[in-house]
Amino acid sequence: MSNLQVPAWGTWVMLVGFVAFIVLLVIYFKRNHGLKRPIFSSPYTLWIIVFTIVPCLLIAYYAFTDVNGAFTLDNFKNFWDSNYDMNKELIAMGFNPADMGFARGTVNVDTLGYSLWMAFLCTVICLVLGYPTAHIMAERDFKLGPTLVVLFVIPMWMNFLLRTIAWMSLLEDNGLINGLLEWLGIGKVQLMYNSGAVLLGMVYNYLPFMVFPIYNVLNKMDYKLSEAAMDLGCDKWKTFYKVTLPLSLPGVVSGITMVFMPAVTTFFIPRMLGGGNTEMFGDLIERTFLTANNWNVGSALSMIMMVLILLSLGLLRKVDPEGEGGSMI
Amino acid sequence: MMKFIKRFYLSIILLFLYVPIVVLIVQSFNAGKSRAKWEGFSFRWYQELFNDPAIMQALYVTISIAILAAIVSTILGTLAAIGIHAMQKRPQSLMMTLTNIPMTMPDIVTGISLMLLFIFTKVERGYWTMLLAHITFDTPYVILSVLPKLKQMNKHSYEAALDLGATPTYALFHVILPEIMPGVITGAMLAFTLSLDDFTISYFTTSPLVQNLSTLIYSQARKGIKPTMNALSALMFMALLLLLLVVNRRSSKTEVKN
Repeated sequence: MSNLQVPAWGTWVMLVGFVAFIVLLVIYFKRNHGLKRPIFSSPYTLWIIVFTIVPCLLIAYYAFTDVNGAFTLDNFKNFWDSNYDMNKELIAMGFNPADMGFARGTVNVDTLGYSLWMAFLCTVICLVLGYPTAHIMAERDFKLGPTLVVLFVIPMWMNFLLRTIAWMSLLEDNGLINGLLEWLGIGKVQLMYNSGAVLLGMVYNYLPFMVFPIYNVLNKMDYKLSEAAMDLGCDKWKTFYKVTLPLSLPGVVSGITMVFMPAVTTFFIPRMLGGGNTEMFGDLIERTFLTANNWNVGSALSMIMMVLILLSLGLLRKVDPEGEGGSMI
Repeated sequence: MMKFIKRFYLSIILLFLYVPIVVLIVQSFNAGKSRAKWEGFSFRWYQELFNDPAIMQALYVTISIAILAAIVSTILGTLAAIGIHAMQKRPQSLMMTLTNIPMTMPDIVTGISLMLLFIFTKVERGYWTMLLAHITFDTPYVILSVLPKLKQMNKHSYEAALDLGATPTYALFHVILPEIMPGVITGAMLAFTLSLDDFTISYFTTSPLVQNLSTLIYSQARKGIKPTMNALSALMFMALLLLLLVVNRRSSKTEVKN
């Protein structure tokens, strides 16, 4: 392909270095019979240091420095107070920003709150829709469970951006749903460019990630337990409430994780279906980096995101300490 | 009655999942350019598809990166899983924590951190950086699909092979590898799929000159997606569906044989 530019020297150094490392390892391995297996993971260790740990440290570095590389906490203050830079300049010029009506701006905090709220709503809706689905699929006399899993996976083969765009042609003012509504005599409704549309897109994209882990846990559950509960006098609801639900909790937890995490940081869905009216935290990070070109503030925002995610993961680990819910694999 | 309600509920959920896909496929056969108006059935966009250099290049980038990333991350991840499995408890849990980092980090943070790395080391972003990024996020999934197979394996068979005179390399290829093969294949498939569908991380680690299908779609999304893109994704969708049917047929046949 003509357009693929030749990799710069840095890439070559990385690639050549990595290949050389593996070659050395193989030579060493062939000579030394008593070699222990843990050595096998050393290429990966090297990889993870270069491509995961160093980049994370870089984010931390940029988050705590200013443009000149000096240590500062301004980037975090910028998150808390969106007018921080402007106010600082005003104060330096001898004005009092409060007198001039420039109060603390909380745009960034509001965006974060809005993202968390949207992700929460999305998770709740996915849970409400997904739990019964998984429950029906895992029922003993329902034979189509595995087929349905495949049916849930197939839509994911279509590029996720295209699927989101397909929703646009359904929801548009001249779209299919509005056409249907008009034909029914209800008239057009503004469906796009609001939080509802964003929520719909998010639920659509993340629903399978809620269904799979719950289905996996329910499917592996020993059905004799609920039968025993019934024999001992529980009714259907009580059996569900006392036996099935607690046992399926690990699946619920990993479902919540798998929906909530990507939902907080999604930036394509709100941009398409929300049309810029509904900025979410992912948008904000992307815009700060690529449009405003402010890596320091952008890094601070990314760090805040990471800390939030780690905190919520820690909370969820408490409910499911063994990580039993497993993943989709 | 209850049964009917349950079936009905499942059908509604499935309908919800499939409506946009049906819309996309129908649009790809629309003779006109408009998203909303039906102007007759045609294969026009399928013909134009092969004359669209941007889409063909994006397709080449997407598929070649998915294949390369799957191969490299499978080798890297399988070796790592074997190593991690044989480790003492402490380094093992350290390695598992490190493996979990890229999986729990939001895509956008992973993408940005890698972008910072490439900018910091003055590596020009493009095809190769995208490949490195894809290998990075694929490998943990390979490790996590290989590790369970290693845990199921008999602990002593590797040592028995060594005692019986096998070299570690021989034992690796003839004792460990055959046992964990299903996990390796799952991992490779997973890596390939993830890489094929990735948008966020690719978006931050490539230049506008080198685009995969996702970033190309993103750059077109504002002006409106060309119907040729719908045609391409419909084709890819059908291809995968066909593959699934073939694989299913085969596996059910082997089941019958056994």
